Amino acid sequence: MFRQLINSSKTIQILISTGSVVLLSATCYFLQHHLGYKVVAFILLLCISLLAALFDIIPVLLAATLSALIWNFFFIEPKYTFQISTAEDGFLFAMYFIIASINAVLTNRIRQVEKKAREEEEKARTVKLYNTLLNSLSHELKTPIAAIISASDNLMSPEASVNKANQEELATNISVAALRLNQQVENLLSMSRIESGFLRPRQDWVDVNELIYEVVHRLEQQLVNHTPVITIADNLPLYKMDYGLMEQVLYNLIYNASLYTPQHTDIIIRARNKAEKVYYLDPDTEIHSEMKSEINTLILTIEDQGPGFPPGETERVFEKFYRLEHVKKGGTGLGLSIVKGFVEAHKGKITLENIPHGARFTIEIPTEVSYINFLKNE
Amino acid sequence: MNNAAILVIDDEVQIRRLLEITLENNQFIAQSAGTAREGLRLASSQPPDLIILDLDLPDDNGHNVLMKLREWYTKPVLILSVQSDEEDIINALDHGANDYLVKPFRSGELLARVRSALRGAAAEDVDPVVDAGDLQINLADRTVKLKGELIKLTATEYKLISLFARQEGKVLTHQYLLREIWGPGYINQSQYLRVFIAQLRKKIEKDPNRPTYILTDSGVGYRFMAKD
Repeated sequence: MFRQLINSSKTIQILISTGSVVLLSATCYFLQHHLGYKVVAFILLLCISLLAALFDIIPVLLAATLSALIWNFFFIEPKYTFQISTAEDGFLFAMYFIIASINAVLTNRIRQVEKKAREEEEKARTVKLYNTLLNSLSHELKTPIAAIISASDNLMSPEASVNKANQEELATNISVAALRLNQQVENLLSMSRIESGFLRPRQDWVDVNELIYEVVHRLEQQLVNHTPVITIADNLPLYKMDYGLMEQVLYNLIYNASLYTPQHTDIIIRARNKAEKVYYLDPDTEIHSEMKSEINTLILTIEDQGPGFPPGETERVFEKFYRLEHVKKGGTGLGLSIVKGFVEAHKGKITLENIPHGARFTIEIPTEVSYINFLKNE
Repeated sequence: MNNAAILVIDDEVQIRRLLEITLENNQFIAQSAGTAREGLRLASSQPPDLIILDLDLPDDNGHNVLMKLREWYTKPVLILSVQSDEEDIINALDHGANDYLVKPFRSGELLARVRSALRGAAAEDVDPVVDAGDLQINLADRTVKLKGELIKLTATEYKLISLFARQEGKVLTHQYLLREIWGPGYINQSQYLRVFIAQLRKKIEKDPNRPTYILTDSGVGYRFMAKD
């Protein structure tokens, strides 16, 4: 509520501050026989200090001036005039006005300093994140670029005795580096698609069987030292999803598993359907009857037999540029955040858990299904 | 097929040169243009056997160029696209492009697509017997044999495989297949296509999960390959 007050517009601030001064003065006016006019001055000063802590300088200075005038008019003898009869009262009045104004100005200054400090801190955090990004990016992008430049320099150099075998190796280097570069650029583009907020899945019927085998087939070379074990539930329906995005999701997860788990272990990919029946509540009898609709969710799990994730890190792995410590191999730290972004674009969710001897990613995509397994005209 | 004349329309001079080198090293005659205007002029003054067209040109949209070409040019057009924007590719394929390649691509892939498109264009009358290793499709007898044995296909499965066999190597979009087999009212009913492709693969592929005949072009369509 305080925050709302602080952020309210200037007009509202002026209304609240003058209003509270008037209200408080009226209350004091009726109690003046018990309080005495000096105590009233302290109460009004307290009010101004509180306002200074919440509002901008102008409404507070206005309230300070108003309260000084009210105090003079209604409380200082002779009452109902702006005259002050004794030198003591004149001194008190001047002091009141000065203290109220100093209060307003000082508090405001403190708040400005605080705000500046907060902004600096925010900026420092952004800079730190930006540096992490730059470090990781410049390494991931410049390494292949360096390889391409140096390999092509060697191929071009006139005096170099580049023999046939060397030539082939250099050309292979260029090719490998270019593919790696392409992969990184692809990742960055995916990430910016997610962050732009314009990512709309292109929904079409997907045969999950085809999707999974296609991805595993594309990853054949990376999976030479692992055994993919695919278990797809019988009679799995077709699902309405974006084939390209889901392909990327599975690709990243399976590729990650192949990178960070020991050789000769299994990577287990499972797909099944979860159907939840939604019953129709009959308003007359209040009995749940007749199935109204069914919500279907595709559940994909990718399990590995690696070391698992450090406890407490299972949430953070999806953060952008997050990298596990002591992890050897490359990558921009974008793979899993892309996975999360694409899954969420489908209104789905992804979770990661450690299991005995490994880790398990579970993806849930709630979507339409189609169960046409045979067609009548055939 | 060798010595076929190929026109490359791409605004990047580096890509243009590399394509020319690749094509010339493989006994094609290559010519190139850096703008849509220049490309259309070259195409009409000396009609090539195949055009490689980049969708991203400085002076005109590649889709417009394709449509202008298709008013009179009947030979294959191969589209180059810098991003894997499926809608863009499908749009071009449905407006007369024969095939597409997403940059970056391997030279081998480019040459395979060029050859396959030229082959398709050369075969005015399709050989009624399409020989794909273990698989034989006889379009005259309407029979399909796997390792010499007749296999039973439903009417729709046969329609599907004969469409593929007639256009070996060419990507056929989901919409195209749905329209040809079930009619224009069915172009959004891709679930039928998924089911029949899966059924057909079970009947003709050695391992239906690792198809070698009917290949998936992610998000775009399917492609029939007679040989590896």
